[in-house]
Amino acid sequence: MVKVLEPEIKSAALQAVGTRHPKLDALEKVQGKAVYIHDLKVPRMLYGKILWSEHAHARILKIDTSRAEKLPGVRAVITGYNTPEIRTGFFKDNPVLKKGKVRQYRDEVAAVAAETPEIAEEAVRLIDVEYEPLPAVFDPFEAMREDAPLIHEDKESNILKLPWKLVCGDPDEGYRQADFIAEESYSLPWVTHCCLGTSGCLAEFHANGNLTVHSPTQIRYLAQRDFMEVMAALGLKDKRVQVVTTAIGGAFGSKLDTYPFEFITILLAYYTGRPVRLIFSREEEFFATATRQKVEAKISQGCTKEGLLTFRDVDMVLDNGAYTSWGATTPSVMMMPISSLYKVPNVNYRARCVYTNNIYATAMRGYGNPQATFAIESQMDTLAEMVGIDPLEFRMINANTPGEVTPQGFRVGSCGLKECLKAVRESLNWDEKRGKKDGRGVGIGSLIHVGGGARIYKSDGCGTIIKLDDFGKVTVMSGATDMGQGADTVVAQIVAEELGVRIDDIAVIMGNTDQETWDVGAHASRTTFVAGNSALLAARKAKEEILDLAAPLLNEPREALDIKDRHVFSKEKPDVSMQLGRVLRAAHFKTGGTQIVTAHFYDPPTQMLDREMKGNFSAAYTYGVHGAEVEVERDTGQVNVLKYVIAMDVGKAINPMLLEGQLEGGVAMGLGYSLMEEMHLDRGKVLNPNFLDYKILTFPDMPEVDSIIIETDDQAGPFGAKGIGEPPLVGTAPAIANAIYDATGIRIRSLPITMEKILAAEDE
Amino acid sequence: MKISFHLNGEAVTTEVPDHITLLEMLRDEFELIGAKEGCGQGECGSCTVLVDQEAVNSCLMLAVYANGKSVVTIEGLAGAQGKLDPLQEAFVKHGAVQCGYCTPGMIMSAKALLIENPRPNREQIKQGMAGNMCRCTGYIKIIEAIEAVSEGGDSNGQGS
Repeated sequence: MVKVLEPEIKSAALQAVGTRHPKLDALEKVQGKAVYIHDLKVPRMLYGKILWSEHAHARILKIDTSRAEKLPGVRAVITGYNTPEIRTGFFKDNPVLKKGKVRQYRDEVAAVAAETPEIAEEAVRLIDVEYEPLPAVFDPFEAMREDAPLIHEDKESNILKLPWKLVCGDPDEGYRQADFIAEESYSLPWVTHCCLGTSGCLAEFHANGNLTVHSPTQIRYLAQRDFMEVMAALGLKDKRVQVVTTAIGGAFGSKLDTYPFEFITILLAYYTGRPVRLIFSREEEFFATATRQKVEAKISQGCTKEGLLTFRDVDMVLDNGAYTSWGATTPSVMMMPISSLYKVPNVNYRARCVYTNNIYATAMRGYGNPQATFAIESQMDTLAEMVGIDPLEFRMINANTPGEVTPQGFRVGSCGLKECLKAVRESLNWDEKRGKKDGRGVGIGSLIHVGGGARIYKSDGCGTIIKLDDFGKVTVMSGATDMGQGADTVVAQIVAEELGVRIDDIAVIMGNTDQETWDVGAHASRTTFVAGNSALLAARKAKEEILDLAAPLLNEPREALDIKDRHVFSKEKPDVSMQLGRVLRAAHFKTGGTQIVTAHFYDPPTQMLDREMKGNFSAAYTYGVHGAEVEVERDTGQVNVLKYVIAMDVGKAINPMLLEGQLEGGVAMGLGYSLMEEMHLDRGKVLNPNFLDYKILTFPDMPEVDSIIIETDDQAGPFGAKGIGEPPLVGTAPAIANAIYDATGIRIRSLPITMEKILAAEDE
Repeated sequence: MKISFHLNGEAVTTEVPDHITLLEMLRDEFELIGAKEGCGQGECGSCTVLVDQEAVNSCLMLAVYANGKSVVTIEGLAGAQGKLDPLQEAFVKHGAVQCGYCTPGMIMSAKALLIENPRPNREQIKQGMAGNMCRCTGYIKIIEAIEAVSEGGDSNGQGS
């Protein structure tokens, strides 16, 4: 269902934008022709393999690689002792090959390159490592104690020097103003991305010393920068690094950082002088990649007897694991719902990230927002009940509105939160179904997310180059990354619309650092907005040039011309027109001729958060509401999701079909987070590294989803669009938890909400 | 061991080591990269191919057992002159493809389902496809694509 808010939205005359055009590479993919990292082979390629730690925390006394080196077919065996030290991660606390000690089971101790995968596997088995186990710590609260074993001896404490803190307004005054206050604790598990295509890369040095890395990365330009550090360590700092993105078999944030295995592959390629490909097994994908972080949250919120929120106070502890990737920075995004979901004048937030000997954490779709929103939105129901106001009405009273500036300094442009609440109320038949506690119930969870990029680096930009050939066909070279979400198609639709050509006239090139201009990466739901604006403005420049060339050819004033359906025409005299290809050929094939090539680098008009963590860090904000109807089987604790509705204010749906795909896919991932997904660790070791023991949703688990698209025509977005990639799983867990409460009166404050937890709560 | 079988309609003979899986043989010997390894343990369905018209996890079947059988992979699904199977067309048209890694296995499982039951209802599709995992789509568009072919009744298992 698509609902347009403004009656005079500009979409009326659109040809390409707003259509349900199939994803550009779908034809290739349904024929099995797309080339993923697993399919890529080059001549003389070797196979890489990593030896992982056998302990959660231990000194490395000795590594004996002699037996592995003697195995026929082995071309290199590397360790931290025979390679230059290279450190990776946000804090540069993660040596790519460990030396001195290991800090978790997923630590890289050695690696080999061999002629076949079987030889490589055998070779790592032949590496002998002597360890001296050290006392380990697996609980972040224990790790904060002064007598806890230090994970990194060069640091004073296991608490990261990353003091996340946000204070808005006067939280004490907000506390005093409150007539009702709810105080609770919430607990969120480790979950992982479960990309169907496992991680891997292929590194290749060329005769001139330059390096090419083929990788399904979401951040090829940041990866390029990181890989340059390896080149420097190898004495090749003046050489070039090219990163080529293969087809990506799922990403969801997992490929938003560079990881030791990539640096190891580059080292293996360097030392063997041959291309090396390294690919994770499914088991490695589960235990050796970084996850969504585990969070313990204390939250309190208060409101007046009229239902107006007066303050929100949140204190979190994040289990950082032994190394620091993006997981430790997710509090910067958690601040967004904490400060700016609903009008809440006084806010206090603190988060501590703590080193442990557990697995470490990176970005995952939502980037902290699902954890924070689970706590906030579950508690909104608790508070609503205390005040005695219908939970949906309670949210309406406090809902954000267009044009407001939130306490953290976000300048909200378009905002369809109230419309989303109304749509969900209607779709769920809320007023009829709520409040019966008869085993069936309804619940909702609202959300805010960045929808116009997120300035977490100094640049949030994206470049686009557009060229037109002699036949009116268009090539778009975009720095953006398509990982299945449809960035390729959305960019083509925007360019087709602006240039008046058909989507099929456009070839989109994405995925090669030598061929396009820079982009910060596919994160923060930013691609449609940032890459879309970049493509739109590059296309606008091309259009200007086309009209300049066409005016004398058509003998018409330049201002009277426009382009539609591959023709330049006069808006005043509809019979005066010329095929676009003809215009381009006439401009090209003459003395002093020209061809059209334009470029635009778009960087959104936003601010880095300041020292107080305040500022307008996104150029638009996306709002939405999740709603669920569930049935809880009292005998078993089984939760059946009978109906799901998601209403999203997306600004403008560039491609409603691909948008629905994001909504449905996000909901599926969110339902997994709500009801079944959890990585179980025992003293740092992952116990369920496979799809039998780590459950994700399958076909029979998926409920029907009513996707409601609200269009608010954001002034900053390309054709009014805002970002949408992450929000479809941000509000899922509270919607489910609130529906379970409505059905049973049982409030579960830890995810996943398993049958066991419900049964245990029934017994209480 | 030397084996002979039909691969995407053509008679082939090859020498394979006993321990190689059908998936490895298809990908490494025949360079048919459509079938994917997602887990290597028969849990995700990304490697699904048809063996004698039935869906098989090719990561679990030893290659030598293909001897004398008929194997169809995603590359063999399109008809003459590359005309796509109705399922392939429906997956494109209904937005059933995102990252695409699970897609070849999905389509082959759907093919086997429709061979067995040309007009499955929504519930039968969900049950019939339960062995194939997708992390991108939430399955709904895949179900719609299969339903479209099922309702059209033009996929009767003969690959059109």
